[in-house]
Amino acid sequence: MSQMHQLTDGVAGATCPSCAEPLESGDLFCGACGYDLSAVRAQQDHPTIAIGRGSTPPAADPTDPAALAAPAAPGDAVEWPEAREVDSSDVPAPVHLPSDLAGTDSGGSELPAAERPFSSDASAAPMPQTPVGESDGPAGPGADGTDELGDFDEPSTPSRPTADPRTATPTPTPPAGIKLCVACRAGRVDRDGYCERCGHAQPRERDHMEQELDAVAAVSDRGLRHHRNEDAFAVSATALPDGSPAVVAVVCDGVSSATRPDEASIAAAQAANESLLAALPREVHPQQAMHDAIIAASEAVNSLADQPDPVPDHAHHQNAPACTIVASVVAGGLLVVGWVGDSRAYWVPADRSVPAARLTEDDSWAAQMVAAGLMNEAEAYADERAHAITGWLGADAYELEPHTASFKPDRPGVVVVCTDGLWNYAEGVDEMASAVPADACSRPLHSAQVLVGHALDGGGHDNVTVAVLPFPVAPQGAGSA
Amino acid sequence: MANFAKPKGPRFDVEVYSNEYLPEGGREVNAIVTVTSTGGGTTGGRTASAAGPDAAVAIMVDCSGSMDYPPTKMRGAREATAAAIDALRDGVRFSVIAGTHVAKEVYPGYGRLAVADAGTREDAKQVLRRLSAGGGTAIGSWLRLADRLLNSDEVPDTAVRHGILLTDGRNEHESPEDLQAALDSCAGRFTCDARGVGTDWEVKEVTGIASALLGSADIVADPAGLTADFTHMMETAMGKEIADVALRLWTPMGAEIRYVKQVAPTVEDLTDRRTPVGPRAGDYPTGSWGDESRDYHVCVEVPAAGIGHEMLAARVSLVIDRGDGETQNLSQGLVRAVWTDDMAASTAINPQVAHYTGQAELAQVIQQGLDARKSGDMDGATAKLGRAVQLAAGSGNADTARLLAKVVDVVDAATGTVRLKAKVEDADEMTLETRSTKTVRVKNVQDVQHTEQ
Repeated sequence: MSQMHQLTDGVAGATCPSCAEPLESGDLFCGACGYDLSAVRAQQDHPTIAIGRGSTPPAADPTDPAALAAPAAPGDAVEWPEAREVDSSDVPAPVHLPSDLAGTDSGGSELPAAERPFSSDASAAPMPQTPVGESDGPAGPGADGTDELGDFDEPSTPSRPTADPRTATPTPTPPAGIKLCVACRAGRVDRDGYCERCGHAQPRERDHMEQELDAVAAVSDRGLRHHRNEDAFAVSATALPDGSPAVVAVVCDGVSSATRPDEASIAAAQAANESLLAALPREVHPQQAMHDAIIAASEAVNSLADQPDPVPDHAHHQNAPACTIVASVVAGGLLVVGWVGDSRAYWVPADRSVPAARLTEDDSWAAQMVAAGLMNEAEAYADERAHAITGWLGADAYELEPHTASFKPDRPGVVVVCTDGLWNYAEGVDEMASAVPADACSRPLHSAQVLVGHALDGGGHDNVTVAVLPFPVAPQGAGSA
Repeated sequence: MANFAKPKGPRFDVEVYSNEYLPEGGREVNAIVTVTSTGGGTTGGRTASAAGPDAAVAIMVDCSGSMDYPPTKMRGAREATAAAIDALRDGVRFSVIAGTHVAKEVYPGYGRLAVADAGTREDAKQVLRRLSAGGGTAIGSWLRLADRLLNSDEVPDTAVRHGILLTDGRNEHESPEDLQAALDSCAGRFTCDARGVGTDWEVKEVTGIASALLGSADIVADPAGLTADFTHMMETAMGKEIADVALRLWTPMGAEIRYVKQVAPTVEDLTDRRTPVGPRAGDYPTGSWGDESRDYHVCVEVPAAGIGHEMLAARVSLVIDRGDGETQNLSQGLVRAVWTDDMAASTAINPQVAHYTGQAELAQVIQQGLDARKSGDMDGATAKLGRAVQLAAGSGNADTARLLAKVVDVVDAATGTVRLKAKVEDADEMTLETRSTKTVRVKNVQDVQHTEQ
């Protein structure tokens, strides 16, 4: 969870939000009125554009057929592709607006959007799990031992300037069997994963992960500013009882202020994936399967809290491990999403003349403020609590409220399932859509790589994870996991 | 936590508490390393002996003329030594040395050590009755004799070697350089507890001996208290299971160790006692260990790295020399450095680090305050001792707070407002100075089990 307010230099040409005085790059306060600009910059770096930009969200009226049939959804920019209320394949496909995605509550019943639990008192809002500025990552002092001390032999290779471990090219011909440090390229790597010479941590398996199936692909990267990757994903494919393909993508973002966020995210992603793979072939409705999968993921994360920390971390409070989750299933002509937290799913049609849409609504302080009409978007996102999440998976979650929604797109496109490490760099739906390559439907892996690259180019302040699912499922893609 | 000690030896655990998150450009990493040794004491041994590890003890009793003024001192010393001998485990080699301006073997004599059993204990106590006072004080010569005896051929290499030294006066019959030379030559060859009886001895001499020889120092103002203190000291010595344990620090290229201090149970700066081991590692002596827990503060300066980087700032391990020139790693911990732009993480000070930084300052300001008081700088003394009162109260160091209250009148502990007492008992001032380095641990649930008895 990126909760840090970054100072960026990109304010040239901007004006003070308070008095409209032109600002200079690097200004900390407005020269005219003294307005503190740090919040402005933070907002620029973490643009979370919520539903109903610049206005309160349209009240969802379930009795209004127009709202269901021809949803002109979030804000004025998006037109959801028209869909029939009940399609001919006997599958009743409830179609939701992104703005009234009540989903189902933890008891399995539908909740009207307007009645989502929310306190009108800002201070009484559910405590954010990742308050702004809270320390990042527990990462206990690894005191796990090895059988013996790594030897302290000095390799004879002359010292070279330290390089970024991730940009350094590997030594052309490393001696067989000996791993050399990627930073100094001279020291050997000890059993704890550090260079015996310069001490630098070596790249870990999770620093960069890619997976590609025929019908879905995902990429996860540590980013440029975090020391480890606390995101995780799972992608898979199976078949519905009728033999038609079903494709699954799950993306989770570990909550940095909790203990062992990296374990939480992987546990949740795997549990949700397994739950979906088990349910989908058994005639469980994909939306119900999604709901159950989030419950399963939650239980997997909860159970981590009972396990002793293998590497006691005394630097942080021992919060229960926690993470966000967002998942998508493409099956039987349906597009199902489910989420808890501020990881998102977007719909990007292949035909770019048709607007894209965000399918999820963040469990975040700012989103709740805006949704409740207590603040306008600018105010909400200027607040330092804006990005604090109000829902998560973990033993200390107040009340698990899995959000699920089903859509029935009428044209091809891709679902982009991602963590805030990406969407922080693609402010609105349009920006997200323009970052997605035109050939995303046919090259999901490439698209996921491009999107991760987009986040890294933007600064890579957080871990970045992106899964891309083409809709409909590519004909050759069924069950090839 | 891995444990590499032999099954029969004590088990060492290393825990690291550190300020591992550094801001961009940050270079200083502070870590508190808690080393806990368990399974020692009388429950096992490195040798086949069921009675415990090999051990050799030398008791050095001040027999200078002043010990007869008052005569209770000599009597107290005799009784205390007898009690210490009673506390010897069977099979432990021991010797009693009478210290004056020369060192004299009182028991068993002839450059030998006695092996403790009912008979030798009785013989030794008979000899003690004939011990009388007369002569000067040359502590270096006592230590050199103890060193010769404790390191004689009859003592196995791996034995725990320990001395107990009692003095009542200043080291007047040799130069400070002689004493320092003796300490330098004895350091690492045996450990030694030092006690001052009465109030005519020099605090810095006694604490200097204990510091150099990795033992404890204390005052026994009333000779009547000697017996209990000697018994306790000997019991502690008998609980030592393993000798010559070193704290080994490996640091990466370009890193520099700013300091290494033991910070609990007492403050002891080990920075200058490094023995290099290979290009980037060094050993710091910690003496012998029983069932106990100690804390060390390690401060390392690392080369700056960019946000998102992580490196190993130090690898901390406990090692012993196995006797065949090979070292054995008993346990280890890692001190990491992670550069982050999360200000909350990089500015947060680890509670352990903060606590012991305060405890080290407490020891320092007590020493400075007492020195200022002796030199007549009353304003300086008031300021320093006021700060000491504030630190002691804030950190829950109740023992030190109580000792301070005998030297100053505390007006407000929270702000450190104090007045120097017009009249202070010598014993109170010396007690404060001798015990100024005693620290307390961070009070939290986790540490309850480690709390010193």
